Amino acid sequence: MIGLQHYLTIAAVLFALSVAGIFINRRNLILLLMCIELMLLAVNFNFIAFSRHLGDETGQIFVFFILTVAAAEAAIGLAILIVIFRSRRTINVRELDSMKG
Amino acid sequence: MFQAVLFYFFAAALFAAALGVILSRNPVHAALFLVLAFFQSAVLWLLAEAEFLAIVLVLVYVGAVMVLFLFVVMMLDVDVERVRGGLTRYAPFGLLVAALMVIELVQVIWFRGRTDAGLGGFQPTPDGYSNTKALGAILYTEHVYAFEIAAVILLLAMVAAITLTMRKRPGLKVQNIAEQVAVKAKDRVRIVKMETEKRQ
Repeated sequence: MIGLQHYLTIAAVLFALSVAGIFINRRNLILLLMCIELMLLAVNFNFIAFSRHLGDETGQIFVFFILTVAAAEAAIGLAILIVIFRSRRTINVRELDSMKG
Repeated sequence: MFQAVLFYFFAAALFAAALGVILSRNPVHAALFLVLAFFQSAVLWLLAEAEFLAIVLVLVYVGAVMVLFLFVVMMLDVDVERVRGGLTRYAPFGLLVAALMVIELVQVIWFRGRTDAGLGGFQPTPDGYSNTKALGAILYTEHVYAFEIAAVILLLAMVAAITLTMRKRPGLKVQNIAEQVAVKAKDRVRIVKMETEKRQ
């Protein structure tokens, strides 16, 4: 039977993949934002699995709010990305180092 | 049994799509792989009987957020040839971190919690159970303040995105509505009194 542990494993692997994606893609800012979306998706898997396991719908309410905040985060992140592209003409992460200490 | 086959099939598709997101060099391909990943997740959530969130994931993420991503990717004139390239020098380190995380989490999930609590599958929902109805019953009662805060957050995101990306262009012709409304007839029309011409 497919249960809690299978869903938790999926979430773990998905989260690790997106962390690896952030390390691998140090070139394109859009890909970093997409990896953050994947991470949030992995967290949502955990919430849904435990919500079903414990028979409590509050976990699914949390997923609902995470989806809301993630949508807001994506909108603001992409707006910042557009502003960066307008002023610097690049979204290459390696060239965005003006705040490097 | 059939459900398990479906689960493993969609989980494999989800991992393949996630690998496509992190390995593809073209941002458009990555965005489309991410759409695929969201679809597979929605199906997995359907298998876990979280129907409302599965549909919301497809509607909000695939319908709105990913379209926004694709819109930005295609609007920005990114030089793909310059952005793409081999893996960075951090790649082996990143893969090592990811592998360690997977090993540790799987160890905790499968070998540490030997209470057999999660092995038997989820409890079947009672007859006549409606996921949407149950979520609505607590969303609008217990969590109504959080719901309203979420609405304010969305408004805030809209205002922030517009103020960040709006810019003043020089030489743009705009109407000044207040000035137009406040204008009097004598400012615009000059009434000239003159003698009538004599009949000849």
